[in-house]
Amino acid sequence: MMNRGDLTKRLVAKLKKDEAVIGGIGNTNFDLYTAGHRPQNFYMLGSMGLACPIALGVALAQPERGVIALEGDGSILMNLGCLATIAQLKPRNLTIIIMDNGTYQITGNQPTATKDTADIVAIAKGSGLSNSIWARDEKHFEELLSRRFDDGGPVLIAAKIDDKPATGQTVRDPSLIRSRFMQGLGTGRGGALDA
Amino acid sequence: MSWSDAFLGTLKENDVRLVSYVPDNVLKPLLAGVNADNYFMPVSATREDEAVGMVAGAWMGGMRGCVMMQTSGFGTLPNVLASLIVPYQIPAILVISERGTMGEFNVGQALVARTMRPSLDSIGIAHHTLDDDKTMPFVLDRSIKQAVATQSPVAFILSPLLTGGKTFKPS
Repeated sequence: MMNRGDLTKRLVAKLKKDEAVIGGIGNTNFDLYTAGHRPQNFYMLGSMGLACPIALGVALAQPERGVIALEGDGSILMNLGCLATIAQLKPRNLTIIIMDNGTYQITGNQPTATKDTADIVAIAKGSGLSNSIWARDEKHFEELLSRRFDDGGPVLIAAKIDDKPATGQTVRDPSLIRSRFMQGLGTGRGGALDA
Repeated sequence: MSWSDAFLGTLKENDVRLVSYVPDNVLKPLLAGVNADNYFMPVSATREDEAVGMVAGAWMGGMRGCVMMQTSGFGTLPNVLASLIVPYQIPAILVISERGTMGEFNVGQALVARTMRPSLDSIGIAHHTLDDDKTMPFVLDRSIKQAVATQSPVAFILSPLLTGGKTFKPS
């Protein structure tokens, strides 16, 4: 069984061109933060299910930048419609990664629909995201990410992971997160106050 | 000039390019105009909160956007407004066609409409009811500029007095 923190570190190691990464609510963004903060990381502290729509917005605004949405199974189940929207728009610079542990881990490990029945990759394909695939193991995950992120999308990669919680927690300061993210994308005002 | 042309012209003057929406009858002229003009980037969303997330991402990426919806669609938004838009200081522009008043025929619309202004007030989002085509461009233009300058969202409620609303034949 793969591990979210480990896979997130492997993902971050593949980012070479200041790709934007949107970390979904809970353990998904905690592990993104723990993998090493980057100026192009955005951490969601609420709005469950919106990592993909936020990433889509960034991708539309900056078509030359690779954009990655990191989301959990419970979160994507809450907003499956966004997969159909993304399939219609076909943003070539958008990659979606679903960490599927079959549970609402952060609320006490209650099972999600993916535990025994729902199949995220099949749902994504049915939504029109034909380039959707299960990563078989860590090596396969890395192979799937050995590509440029600013073209060839949309791509969805899902991975079955263990039930380990994240090893850290993101700093809970939304305006700071937004401000630093915008600086990372070259759209922020923050530079005006830097010494 | 029709109210909808004036509205879209003001969006353009303020660099609001992304228009994410869940369709509505009253919004028809706005949505048709947005889809007919290459300046705009129209995106049909499956839910209103998805549309709001998209506009938030676009703003952070350097593109201004608005969300168009009907009153009942606003009912799906309090969580995304309270946990994303307001705390992250994102000047999302919300455009809501007003149902539930001045001749509403659907009791569900009439009830959800009563939650709209109190919800906006309780989250601290400025809202303007646009009911007059003469003052509408001024209110829209100034309020979008204020939203961007202060990094605060703003909601525009399109009254039936402006749009004509949705009518029905009483049985």
